[in-house]
Amino acid sequence: MKRIGLLALKKTIPVMGTYVTLGIGFGMLLEKNGFGVWWALAMSVFIYAGAMQYVAVGLLASSVSLLSAAFTTFTVNVRHFFYGISMIGRYRETGKAKPYLFFALTDETYSLVCTDDELQEADRKRYYLLLSALNQSYWVCGCVTGSLLSSAFAFDSAGIEFSMTALFVTVFLEQWMGGKEHGPALMGIGISALCLLLFGGEYFLIPTMLLTAAGLALYRKRKQRGEAR
Amino acid sequence: MGEVHAVLLVAVIALVTAAIRFLPLFLFGRKGEPSPFISYLGDTLPYAIIGMLVVYCLKDVSFLECPYGLPEIVSIALVAGLHLWKRNTLLSILGGTALYMVLIRQFGAF
Repeated sequence: MKRIGLLALKKTIPVMGTYVTLGIGFGMLLEKNGFGVWWALAMSVFIYAGAMQYVAVGLLASSVSLLSAAFTTFTVNVRHFFYGISMIGRYRETGKAKPYLFFALTDETYSLVCTDDELQEADRKRYYLLLSALNQSYWVCGCVTGSLLSSAFAFDSAGIEFSMTALFVTVFLEQWMGGKEHGPALMGIGISALCLLLFGGEYFLIPTMLLTAAGLALYRKRKQRGEAR
Repeated sequence: MGEVHAVLLVAVIALVTAAIRFLPLFLFGRKGEPSPFISYLGDTLPYAIIGMLVVYCLKDVSFLECPYGLPEIVSIALVAGLHLWKRNTLLSILGGTALYMVLIRQFGAF
């Protein structure tokens, strides 16, 4: 039992670094926009999605409509639906922990859970739960710390939002190096750049999403035809 | 802006996020398998969306006006360079963000 705890802790140390750093960035950005530590705490507990929380600061600052916030959230987070789909089998026998495991399935937790090969069946449930809870606790600590730091010391944190861009660039590169085909990644960049030009920053996510799904469907058909040939 | 609207915004974002995460559980939790197309999207869409999120982060950069998005371009180049070299996510993020914060202070005043 202790062994599983130590293993989970060891596996999550790299995530600790990233989550605490990005969380601090988020807390500072939020505080800079006039939302204090309770907001940081509530958002990191109940939303718990790094990219979306950074996006949410912008939505809060410009006070968009609820409907527009819902659409933006859908587009930014729909990838979690697909993470969940691929965890159905792995999480099937997790009992009461199951809803939390699905709730806490962030990009980083997803990639850790996917690499659990050396574990025995009996240990898995506890391991998944520890992994998920540890990761969220790092994130909450980071967000709260950032908010407190920002309100305690008056320093200029302009540019801190770039940490999110930097994170996505590293995730993109990781996927690029790990993946066999680069079509979907290139499609994501190309279609969203095109839609950004056509529809502007406020409205481009929805058309991007639809065109990307359509593009992937075509891509799949073409590949199937190519394989059949 | 109103405090109430802000609370509602956070609630909507939290609910939509949670709904997306719980949906697979409701659809396929007890039995059943996703269709081949859904599985295919599961394999490919996350890649496309990370690409989209990189673009999303840059949506407010004006490449036609000074400083022509140079702070972003140079910092992203550093992130990529660091990451290809050391493959350490934390180092890449810290290095790139620090450079960006310096660059916008140096060149933001043009």
